[in-house]
Amino acid sequence: MQEYFHSVRTVPERCAGRMACMRACPTHAIRVRQGKAVILEERCIDCGECARACPNKAIVPQTSSFTDFSRFRYMIALPSPVLYGQFRRDVLPGAILNALKRIGFDDACDVASASEAASIAIEEYLKDYRGPYPLLSPFCPVVVRLIQARYPDLVDLLPPIESPMEIAAREIRYRKMKELGLERDEIGVIYLTPCAAKMVAIRYPPRKKVSHIDGAIAIADIYPLLRAAIAETDNQGSEGEEPVRGIGLGWPVVGEQSAHLRAESCLAVAGLADVERILNEIETGKLGDVQYVECHGCAQGCCGGPLTVDNPYVARSKILNLVARFGNTPSQDRAKVRELYHRGYFSLPGKIAARPFPPLDKDIPRAIEKKRRVQDLLRTLPRIDCGACGAPTCLDFAEDVIQEASRLEDCLVLAARGLLACGERGEVVREDRS
Amino acid sequence: MRLDFANAGKAASQFRAALRDLGIPPEVIRRVAIAAYEAEMNVVLYARRGIMELSVTPREINLRVVDEGQGIPDISLAMQEGYSTASDEIREMGFGAGMGLPNIQKNADQFEIHSVVGQGTTLEIKVRL
Repeated sequence: MQEYFHSVRTVPERCAGRMACMRACPTHAIRVRQGKAVILEERCIDCGECARACPNKAIVPQTSSFTDFSRFRYMIALPSPVLYGQFRRDVLPGAILNALKRIGFDDACDVASASEAASIAIEEYLKDYRGPYPLLSPFCPVVVRLIQARYPDLVDLLPPIESPMEIAAREIRYRKMKELGLERDEIGVIYLTPCAAKMVAIRYPPRKKVSHIDGAIAIADIYPLLRAAIAETDNQGSEGEEPVRGIGLGWPVVGEQSAHLRAESCLAVAGLADVERILNEIETGKLGDVQYVECHGCAQGCCGGPLTVDNPYVARSKILNLVARFGNTPSQDRAKVRELYHRGYFSLPGKIAARPFPPLDKDIPRAIEKKRRVQDLLRTLPRIDCGACGAPTCLDFAEDVIQEASRLEDCLVLAARGLLACGERGEVVREDRS
Repeated sequence: MRLDFANAGKAASQFRAALRDLGIPPEVIRRVAIAAYEAEMNVVLYARRGIMELSVTPREINLRVVDEGQGIPDISLAMQEGYSTASDEIREMGFGAGMGLPNIQKNADQFEIHSVVGQGTTLEIKVRL
């Protein structure tokens, strides 16, 4: 089985043990032990909520920096279209691509047009697909990991279509190899990402061996440089004909992927809690009348990614502005994309494997016994989920105790009750008064 | 009677989560969850109240559903696919297609119903590991 590579890492020296991350984690994958946050690798789905919540920046995303790519002779920036929504409204995508070339990239390649290609590929896939429904969008790595972990029955609903970033990376890489006569490993293709989860998708693509992308830099990290470059060139590239166009511009906004899909019935859902509610319904066999569900782990879609700069609602409005201005001009020749699709150009091999969270025990009889002990113990706990023990809920704590990862004495409420009981007998109180 | 659709399906979801914690194979979980969901919907649609109990042994999973409700006059008729006594209101919400009990039958290794009209219904569902 594949090891767990994660997009976030704790920095114990900075951790003050304030438990914000533990409370923010949707899969209860964090414990605070000896005053420091610890990530339970097998339960983490890389959503990045912990890094967002930490007041001390003690959980850091595992993205790269510019200097990590010095081994390449030619560097291509591949910005997530989220980047187009991070600047003033008069700064257009063309100017942003220009500025990327000024800050040290040899080239910059738009991804929105690849999103349009992916959209057409999904349409074609839907045409030949005969169920079960609904299909689930496979483009948010956090949602894919959530499905692998908690909804093993639903993994086959993820269509085997390449993500826009992979489509764009492959195309630009091979074009540049030909144009410049360079080898594959002399060209670095670097994604500018709104979230750290894409790092996992690049390091371990769920359906194939190797990604076409060499690494990812956080949009938030590159933003100051870019802003300066745009100011320096006086927003050069925003006048004249805009090179970036098409419906793919809207992909970072919730609902835009499905809105332009020529399918009978779609729905869009965002934010892990709501995604889970929809997945629960699908799991019980409901929503069979929906063809396609667009899923985003972040509540505001990629616009609200943890590594973005601008307020997600503001970014969303700017992206929608761009869609209104340039979305109607196609960036792809539909007939050509269809033909490529039928030659397998956008298709991925293999299946996505289920990777469930570990059970209480690998041996079912022993797991049943442990579950019984957990339930018995839980009845004696305060069940107020205060978190002071270092686990997010009393149930998690009970499981930790039964698994011998925590001790019952760590429950402060029980400890306080014990002290009070001593006090009633007069032991502690007398000591206090003396 | 007010139908509590907001919470319908919650018990089945909780069972599913509990079985996952135990490392029960996904295919078995799926069958139990479908049976539990159908049984839960029947309680929501036709009974005043009901209790669902899941017990797990290393060999089998037993689901017991006891409700206080209208009961079923003719069980063999109710077991037929498509047979339903659901009101128009229920049908308009997309339920009551007469597939509930047949669906439980399909997913269970053993299935028993006892019902007394005007008092309630008890389901005993067994799925083997």
